[in-house]
Amino acid sequence: MDQTPAFSPADEYAGVPANQALDDGELTKLHPNYAHALRVRAALTAIPFLIAALVIEGVLRDKALLPPGVVAGAVLLIALVAIIRVPARRYHARGYQISVDRLRVVRGLLFRSDTVVPFGRVQHIDVHQGPIDRFFGIATLTLHTAGNHNAAVALPGLGEPLAREMRESIRAHIRRESV
Amino acid sequence: MSEPGFNQPQRTAPVSVVIGAIGSIRSAVFPAAAIAFSGIGGDDRMLVAAGVGAAAVLIGTAISYIGWRRTTYSIGASDIRVESGILSRAARSVPYERIQDVSLEAQPLPRLFGLVAVQFETGAGGGEDLSLDYLTKANGERLRQLVRERRDDDVAPFAAGNPAAGNDAACSAMPERAAAADTGAALFAMNPARLVRFGLFEFSLAVFAVLGGALQYVERVSDIDLWNVDLWRDWLEQQGSVVSGLGPYAQAAGVIAGLAALVVIGTATGVVRTVMRDWEFTLTHSARGFRRQRGLFTRTDVVMPAHRVQGIVIGTGLLRYRFGWHGLSFVSLAQDDKNASHVVAPFARMDEIAPIVAAAGFHLPGDGTHWSRASTMMRNDKIIGAALVFGLAALAAAVLAPPGLALIPLGIGAVFVGANVYAWRFRRHALDATQIFVTTGLLSPTSAIATRLKLHSVEIAQGPIARRRGYATVHLGLAGGTFAIPGVAIADARALRASVIETIAGTDYSRLDAPTVQAFSDAQSGLSANFLAT
Repeated sequence: MDQTPAFSPADEYAGVPANQALDDGELTKLHPNYAHALRVRAALTAIPFLIAALVIEGVLRDKALLPPGVVAGAVLLIALVAIIRVPARRYHARGYQISVDRLRVVRGLLFRSDTVVPFGRVQHIDVHQGPIDRFFGIATLTLHTAGNHNAAVALPGLGEPLAREMRESIRAHIRRESV
Repeated sequence: MSEPGFNQPQRTAPVSVVIGAIGSIRSAVFPAAAIAFSGIGGDDRMLVAAGVGAAAVLIGTAISYIGWRRTTYSIGASDIRVESGILSRAARSVPYERIQDVSLEAQPLPRLFGLVAVQFETGAGGGEDLSLDYLTKANGERLRQLVRERRDDDVAPFAAGNPAAGNDAACSAMPERAAAADTGAALFAMNPARLVRFGLFEFSLAVFAVLGGALQYVERVSDIDLWNVDLWRDWLEQQGSVVSGLGPYAQAAGVIAGLAALVVIGTATGVVRTVMRDWEFTLTHSARGFRRQRGLFTRTDVVMPAHRVQGIVIGTGLLRYRFGWHGLSFVSLAQDDKNASHVVAPFARMDEIAPIVAAAGFHLPGDGTHWSRASTMMRNDKIIGAALVFGLAALAAAVLAPPGLALIPLGIGAVFVGANVYAWRFRRHALDATQIFVTTGLLSPTSAIATRLKLHSVEIAQGPIARRRGYATVHLGLAGGTFAIPGVAIADARALRASVIETIAGTDYSRLDAPTVQAFSDAQSGLSANFLAT
């Protein structure tokens, strides 16, 4: 990705004017705990598959169709990749950029998506925390717009205080514009 | 009609009970018939059937009556409230400024009694809008007028320069303005000749679906088992022996005659459906917005404020495009029946469409519009993709199937490749100071136009192939519809986004309607001046 001079979020809050380079600038990384939360989620998803694989192993053992461990081994391998490798890559693929009047959210490993939402079009704002998020102290910030496409733009994996701070600053922007 | 005060609960038209009762007769006929033709009750089954039918009608009428007694609507200072429900009560309130449009629908039966169903569109998803079933036509019109006036009152105080005089003037000027609003200039109408011509392009085989449904019903009440294979085989053998005795020419003639019959039936269905739906189609435009009336048996009357139009779509069909016919619809938060957009000119020439587009505050792309073609990379990828898929299929056919069959996938592949080369010429987009244009479609090009200001977000999306090849799809957040530009080179996509976001970020959502409000205030001051002069 070609990079224009980087902006830290603090600078942007200080009132760097919105300009074209902002939408292509360097992305702010999410909270490191987001990768851990993704891992826990992947592990929870993998458990039923592993159990199913073990059951199949047990059934097939008597039939002696396949060498022992083929099914469970394959599933375990996929599960390990999904738990260890994929969350790290997803974490690195995600990022956001906040400026005075807009939020840019980038996500996706294979299918990349790069969305910009101007604060002036935000209808309402959610800060959501699931149980895993709460354990890791992170939250998802969701901006709702009136458009059919991107009716809700979610930015997961923010530190919980930061998510609330961002919500406040976006809300303040909306109020300032509306009066 | 007496003028009930605001906030006074009112009932819908009493004749609604009759319509509910007729509806219950309709639903009582089938169970009664089923009992009459089945074995239940032995010799007395006719009596049982009549009893069940009468009971169903009685209960239906009673429910309809209680439902009518328990349904009230009240017109408040800032909202409309409807309370309904026999056992569980529901009260819904809709603020005036959230009402996107008010439509009056007169289905055939209510129409006989001079009744209309009034629907308030709010743009909330899932069809969960406010609907008043059956007011008298005059009452419905009055209610619609009232909603408009209420909405104006909300606008008037801050739009008019001097609120003190403004409010008074607004109130007394109202009937005058209302009259002006209803006799707006006719923008588009379709005469019967145009309707029939339109219907010819609306080929439809829906009649067969209806026939299928009817057959299933026949099966349920009669003893003929439609899914009995033996029945059909017998029939086919019978017919087959006749057909095989006819010789090849007669068989070919039979097939052609069958296809011709299909075309005739499909076209006739299309004409009938179109005439029923779009009979006396008229679109009028006034300061208050657009008003569309149409329908032969079910007459609908939809009013939509011009500033609620989010985008416009100009579509066409494979055949009608060759004859220069297009259709225009407005994208808005409100829904039109089951469609997401309101059809405002279903079958028109471009020079008829242009004034409607202008009235909605949009403009068509002109000679000065700078078009950008879709990325050639995307075209090449699509060609390679089609060539790969059909090449592999041809290879498999060459190995596995009898010789000659491999030519079929090869031929289809060649058509696909050719179509992609040709279609690229039609995929293009343009950006000007206020609008975005996008055109797609190979044989029947569809254009969409959106105002830059009324977009809500911009997304650049790339799949794995698109990322390697440096192009993207740009999705624009449009309220009430979708707007996507496929195959934009990534640098262009970023530039487009930057420029659109710059426009969007300049104006807050709450001020999106500002230009229209300005226009109202102009009209308002004009009327006030008139009023002062008199």
